[in-house]
Amino acid sequence: MTDTPTAASAPPKPRTFFSALEIDTRLLGMIGAFVVICLIFNFLTDGRFMTPRNLFNLTIQTASVAIMATGMVFVIVTRNIDLSVGSLLATCSAMMAMTQTWFMPDWLGLGLNNPATMPVAVVVGILTGLVIGAFQGWLIGYLTIPAFIVTLGGYLVWRNVAWHLTKGQTIGPLDENFQLFGGINGTLGETWSWIFAALAIAGALYALIQSRRTKVAHEFPVKPVWAEVLIGAIIAATIVGFVAILNAYEIPTARLQRIYEARGEVLPEGVIEGYGIPISVLLLILIVIAMTIIARRTRLGRYIFATGGNPEAAALAGINTRLLTVKVFAIMGMLCAVAAIVASSRQTFHSNDIGTLDELRVIAAAVIGGTALAGGMGTIYGAVLGALIMQSLQSGMAMVGVDAPYQNMVVGSVLVLAVFIDILYRRRTGDRT
Amino acid sequence: MTAPLVEMRDMVKSFGGIKAVDHVTIDLYPGEVVGVLGHNGAGKSVLMKMLSGALQRDGGEIYINGEKATINNPRDARNYQIETIYQYLALADNLDAASNLFLGRELMSPTGFVNDAQMEAETRKILARLNPNFRRFHTPVAGLSGGQRQSVAIARAVYFNAKILIMDEPTAALGVQETRMVAELIEQLKSEGIGIFLIDHDIHQVKMLCDRANVMKNGQLVGTVKVDEVSEDDMLGMIIAGKCPPNAIPGPGALQTA
Repeated sequence: MTDTPTAASAPPKPRTFFSALEIDTRLLGMIGAFVVICLIFNFLTDGRFMTPRNLFNLTIQTASVAIMATGMVFVIVTRNIDLSVGSLLATCSAMMAMTQTWFMPDWLGLGLNNPATMPVAVVVGILTGLVIGAFQGWLIGYLTIPAFIVTLGGYLVWRNVAWHLTKGQTIGPLDENFQLFGGINGTLGETWSWIFAALAIAGALYALIQSRRTKVAHEFPVKPVWAEVLIGAIIAATIVGFVAILNAYEIPTARLQRIYEARGEVLPEGVIEGYGIPISVLLLILIVIAMTIIARRTRLGRYIFATGGNPEAAALAGINTRLLTVKVFAIMGMLCAVAAIVASSRQTFHSNDIGTLDELRVIAAAVIGGTALAGGMGTIYGAVLGALIMQSLQSGMAMVGVDAPYQNMVVGSVLVLAVFIDILYRRRTGDRT
Repeated sequence: MTAPLVEMRDMVKSFGGIKAVDHVTIDLYPGEVVGVLGHNGAGKSVLMKMLSGALQRDGGEIYINGEKATINNPRDARNYQIETIYQYLALADNLDAASNLFLGRELMSPTGFVNDAQMEAETRKILARLNPNFRRFHTPVAGLSGGQRQSVAIARAVYFNAKILIMDEPTAALGVQETRMVAELIEQLKSEGIGIFLIDHDIHQVKMLCDRANVMKNGQLVGTVKVDEVSEDDMLGMIIAGKCPPNAIPGPGALQTA
């Protein structure tokens, strides 16, 4: 028996360039696919696709579906499915719209655009999503009705609960503060976007250093220093590039003038300001970070993946898989509510058809992002990239002038192709995640 | 004589109209390996699952160290330091060795997150002891051999200081080399005073590893024998016909020959 089993058992690794970096090759593949899509559309649109303006729009168009896709990863990982997310989004949106246009201003007599309206509406929406999600989770976990059936029923029920609540009317305009979540109506501005970038880089580097320290403390094998530095540099460059693009989309002068006037100032000559990070995208980023931490660093996340990998083993290990199902669907419900905030404020009103077909987009995003329907496998960042790839395909085709029915045909085919490539990839790497 | 480590009295479990376990009483002493034998469907796995908390009993009582124990779920069983090594079911294939070893009992950092580094370090330590050839700490256990997977399952029991170990055909999926490794491990655990229930089909192995054996048939206990006092044929006779040799302690399921 050796005294240093860790050192002795360190596998001799071939130190090629990529293996030293220890980057997930699937992540690289998806980023590669995204870049290829961007380049093709950029060529087809004579450079209009990769303008700051279009990339900005792409991020706000993706936000709502991407937010729900992070929750769908947990649902699918636990071998369930949720077909009701688009309808649940509509119900949450209806509840929030009624809070803003009827409950707060008329019933409580607070008038329009009261500062309390936005937070109250958000809380109402999230509670609605939480309760409905948990209820569906209870039907699935405790009454053991298949998730497909429960959420297929939910798909029909919640869409029409929204219709019933609003008597089928379109409700708007929504509260002004609430509309800040909608994308172009609420952005951080250049300065705050750079501050966010600095914080994000600091956070990422801290996490990298901390993880290396832990490994050294336990005498685990670590990456060569150059690899760590390179990864840190790539992350920093990505964040800076991302913020630079969003900042480069300039607010039109007329609009800027109005903003200054609203503040009681005069627009100085020659002042140009960029939009910066939209609040909806900031929300998405924060949700991605939170969901990734839940997936990787908490008991809940560990149990979600264990249950997906082997439900019997999880139950034998003392995990309450029924309660776990309730929690997973409750999280999904809350994320539907957050997506409803983003989606309804983006269009500045609630409409009956809000979130129609979103369930399919969300499931497709998670699956393109490498979430296995057999359960046990999936990543949060993958689902977000999946959503981004689908949205870029769709808006790229729209820019080129492809009719909507053809767009759907392409997106559908890409979904099937993506899953096939994933199967080939897994076969080649010997079922490695 | 001291109180037995485990005593299961008058255990009953039915599924629908079928009595899977029909008033069975068995016991286990520290440092003893007791076989639980029988055909498929004889009720041996069901009996053991009532001890491990995976199934709730319909009737009967369990005593641990002479005191009445309440075991209604796997967590209860773990509190009595009962660990189970299942034939196939016990590992989540998509997680790595450390995550499986600590599943349900993760080590947490002071900030409330799972402490993967600490768990990996502990896993490396214990596996270095049990199976020095084990190297693949970062791959999901789906990619491991049967023996390596079994090492992880056994490491789980050893790490958490099991006093009572239930092994459900621990060598069924293993090769010769790996079977020998498990046999050595059983000897070692036994010498540390751990009591082991061994469910097995392989009479030869039972003869080699066990001190006593209980034979079940159709949910009933045929009888209990000291393994050294009977032949392999005697035990086969109990399993197949329910016929007790003269030096066995017959149970309610013994063939009545008078």
